[in-house]
Amino acid sequence: MNGVASVELTGADILVRALKDEGVEYVFGYPGGAVLHIYDALYKQEDVQHILVRHEQGAAHAADGYARSTGRPGVVLVTSGPGATNAVTGIATAYMDSIPLVVITGQVPTHAIGSDAFQEVDSVGITRPCVKHNFLVKDVKDLATTIKKAFFIATTGRPGPVVVDVPKDVTAQKTEYSYPKRVSIRSYKPVTEGHPGQIKKAVDLLLSARRPMIYSGGGVILGEASKSLTEFTRLLGAPITNTLMGLGAYPATDPQFVGMLGMHGTYEANMAMHECDVLLAIGARFDDRVVGKVELFSPGSKKIHVDVDPSSISKSVRVDVPIVGAVEPVLKEIIRLIKESGQKPGKAALAEWWKQIAQWRAKNCLRYDRNSKLIKPQYVIEQLYEQTRGDAFVTSDVGQHQMWAAQFYKFDKPRRWINSGGLGTMGFGLPAAMGVQLAHPKATVACVTGEASIMMCIQELSTCKQYGLPVKIVNLNNRYMGMVRQWQEFFYKGRYSHSYMEALPDFVKLAESFGHVGMRIEKPGDVQPAMKEALKMKDRLVFMDFITDQTENVYPMIEAGKGHHEMHLSPERELA
Amino acid sequence: MRHIISILMENESGALSRVAGLFSARGYNIESLTVAPTEDPSLSRMTLVTSGTEEVIEQITKQLNKLVDVVKLMDLTEGPHIEREMMLIKVRAVDAGRDELKRLADIFRGHIIDVTDTSYTIELTGTGEKLDGFIQALDKKTILEVVRSGVSGIARGEKSLKVG
Ligand SMILES: Cc1cc2nc3c(=O)[nH]c(=O)nc-3n(C[C@H](O)[C@H](O)[C@H](O)COP(=O)(O)OP(=O)(O)OC[C@H]3O[C@@H](n4cnc5c(N)ncnc54)[C@H](O)[C@@H]3O)c2cc1C
Ligand SMILES: Cc1ncc(C[n+]2csc(CCOP(=O)(O)OP(=O)(O)O)c2C)c(N)n1
Ligand SMILES: [Mg+2]
Repeated sequence: MNGVASVELTGADILVRALKDEGVEYVFGYPGGAVLHIYDALYKQEDVQHILVRHEQGAAHAADGYARSTGRPGVVLVTSGPGATNAVTGIATAYMDSIPLVVITGQVPTHAIGSDAFQEVDSVGITRPCVKHNFLVKDVKDLATTIKKAFFIATTGRPGPVVVDVPKDVTAQKTEYSYPKRVSIRSYKPVTEGHPGQIKKAVDLLLSARRPMIYSGGGVILGEASKSLTEFTRLLGAPITNTLMGLGAYPATDPQFVGMLGMHGTYEANMAMHECDVLLAIGARFDDRVVGKVELFSPGSKKIHVDVDPSSISKSVRVDVPIVGAVEPVLKEIIRLIKESGQKPGKAALAEWWKQIAQWRAKNCLRYDRNSKLIKPQYVIEQLYEQTRGDAFVTSDVGQHQMWAAQFYKFDKPRRWINSGGLGTMGFGLPAAMGVQLAHPKATVACVTGEASIMMCIQELSTCKQYGLPVKIVNLNNRYMGMVRQWQEFFYKGRYSHSYMEALPDFVKLAESFGHVGMRIEKPGDVQPAMKEALKMKDRLVFMDFITDQTENVYPMIEAGKGHHEMHLSPERELA
Repeated sequence: MRHIISILMENESGALSRVAGLFSARGYNIESLTVAPTEDPSLSRMTLVTSGTEEVIEQITKQLNKLVDVVKLMDLTEGPHIEREMMLIKVRAVDAGRDELKRLADIFRGHIIDVTDTSYTIELTGTGEKLDGFIQALDKKTILEVVRSGVSGIARGEKSLKVG
C-alpha cells in the first residue's frame, strides 16, 4: 500500500459515492431485500436525494421525465425480482424514445444466481431487448467503472437506458474506491461529425430545391440542436414540420412551422411532405405513424437523412443522401456551407411553394366546434396554453388527449413536451411530471391525461404529496378509452368492445383523499375560471377533472397504411 | 442472398445471447452461428450465416454494429473468402458396406476417426456444399447421426478482421 492509508468502502457505499461523483441529484426508487445495503448507504449521506415512488414503473417514468426535461440522465434504483420486472415498462418506454437512464437493479447474491432463489429473475435477460446495454456486476472491484460506463453509454451517441444489475453480496464486499474521470470502450465509439462529402451533397440539393421541406424529430432535442435548427430553417426559408417527439425543437409559433406531421399531423404538414422535391429528415426515424404507406411516402422528393444511429437510416424509407452524424455539428456545417456559398434557394420557386402551403393552411384542419354546449377537449388545451403563456412543461399520457395536447399546445422551446411516443405507454404522464417538477421546482408542470390512463399510475399521487410536487393534472374525462373508441367507430362499425370506462372513481374525492385539491368542471364556461384558480395554487397539486364531449375524435387522421395525401379532415369534410 | 458475417466481440458472458436475441427479436434468420475465443482471450470471434435482401443484410450489419459488445465486423461475402465447416457423421458400416464407405470417405477427403463392428464415424471438412454432397452420396438408411459445426470463414489475402 506504499504507506498511503487507503480506505476501503463497501459496494453499497461505492455505488452511492459513484452517483454523487457523477453529479446525480435524484434517484427514483423503491427498496427491497436485495438493495437494503444500498438503502443503508443512502441513509448515511445527503448528497444524492432519494425519491420514494409508489410503484417501480413510476420510478422509471419519473427518472425519464427528469431526463427529458433536463437532458441529464435519470437514475432508478429498484430491488430484484418484482422490483426489476415492475420497472421494465418504464425502461422500454425510455428505450423507444432514446432517453438516457441508468437503472440499478438489485440481484440475489452471486452464489444464489440461477438457483430460483427468492425474488430472483434474470434481469439482464429480461431487459436485454429494451436497453441500450446492460451489465451484471460480479465483483465489487468492477463496480465503480461499470457505473461510469453505464452513464457514458446512456448519454452518448443515440441515448438510451442502461441497466446495472448488482448482486447483494457485491454491495457488501469492500474495495478501494476511485471513480474514473472518463472511460473508453473499444467496442463503442459513437460518431459525431458527419462525412464532409455527404454534407456538401446535401447542401447542393437543398440550395437547388424548388419545394424544400424539413422534417425534424426527437433527435434534435436529444442532440441539443434547436438553436442551430432554427437558424438553418430561417436561412433556407423552407417550411418545417416536427414529429410528435420533436415538438418544441422549432418554435411552434414561428410562421415557417407547419405543425406536426403524420397520422394526426396537420393537413399542411402532410401535404408539404407529399409534394416537396427535397426533403431533409433530421433526428427523425421515419416511424410508421409518420410515414404511412412506404410506397406513397413523399414520392417526388430527393431525401437527405441526418441521424447519429446508422441503423435509423434507410430502415424503412430509402434515402438519397445519408449522413451519419450528430445533428448539432452537422447543422453547424450545413449552415457554414450555405453562408459560404452566398446562395439561397430560388426566390420565385420558394414564393410559389409558400403560396401553395398557404392554400393548404387555409383549410384550417384543426378547426373544431366552438359553440358546443359540451366541453371540447381542444378548448381545454387551448386554455392551458393561454393561461400558462405557452411556458409550461406539459407531460401527457396516451390517447386522444395526447394528440390534442400535441396539436393545440404550441411549444416554442425544446424539452417542454414530455410524452411517450414510441411505446405509447399509458401511465407515463403523472410519474413523468414528478420528475419534471423536481428538476424545475418553480415551473408550472401540467399533466394532460385521460380517465383511463391516469388510473394506471394513480398511486403516484401519494409520492406527489410526500414531496410537495404541485403538478397540475388536466384530466380530459370522456368516459371512454377515447383513442380505442375512435378506431372502433371508424374501423369496427361502432362496436365499442371494452373501451367504455365504467365505475370511474370520483376524481375530486380521490385527489382529496391523497391530500390534494380536486375540481370537477362540467361546463365550457367554467373551464377558464377553473384553470385560472388551479394555476394560482402554486404549491398544491390540483386534479382538474374536465367532463368533455364523449364523442369527439382526433382529426386530421391518416389511416394506418395510407398515404399523406389521403387524410380524413372531419366527418363533415371527409377525404381531402 | 446468403451472407457470411464475421464478428469480433468482447468475450463477455451474455455476448452471444445479445446476438441471438437480436436475430429472433427482429425476425432475421440464422442459418448457422459459431463462436469461440480468439488468440486474444478478451475477444470472441463469431461467424454467422444468414440470408435476406440487400436491405435486410444492411440492417443486420448495422444492428450488429450497434451492439455495445461488438468491436468489429465484416461481411465476408463482399469479397473473396474461404469458408469451412466440419462434420462428424456416424454411419452403419457392415459387411461389404464397410469398404464402400471407406472409399467414399477417401473421395471426399474425410477421415474415419472411430470404428466399431457395426459403425464408422467420419470426420469431414469443407464448404457446406461439399458436406451436403457427402450426405447425398450416402445411403440415407445408413446414417446414424450427423453433427455439423456451422460455417467458419476468413477473407482471402491481406484483408483481415482484427482489432487495432
Ligand atoms: C397515440 C399515438 C399517436 C401518434 N401519432 C403520431 C403522429 O401523428 N405523428 C408523429 O410524428 N408521431 C406520432 N406518434 C409517435 C410515433 O409513434 C413515434 O414515436 C415518433 O413519430 C418518432 O419520432 P421521431 O421520428 O422524432 O424519432 P425519435 O423516437 O425521437 O428518435 C430520434 C431519432 O434521432 C436520432 N438521434 C438521437 N440523438 C441524435 C443526435 N444527437 N444527432 C442525430 N440524431 C440523433 C435517433 O437515432 C433516432 O433515429 C404517435 C404515438 C402515439 C402513442
Ligand atoms: C399500457 C397501455 N395499455 C393499452 C394501451 C392502448 N391504448 C392506447 S390509447 C388507449 C385509451 C386511452 O384512454 P384515455 O386515457 O381515457 O385517453 P383518451 O383516448 O380517452 O383521451 C389505450 C387503451 C396503451 N397505449 N398503453
Ligand atoms: Mg378517455
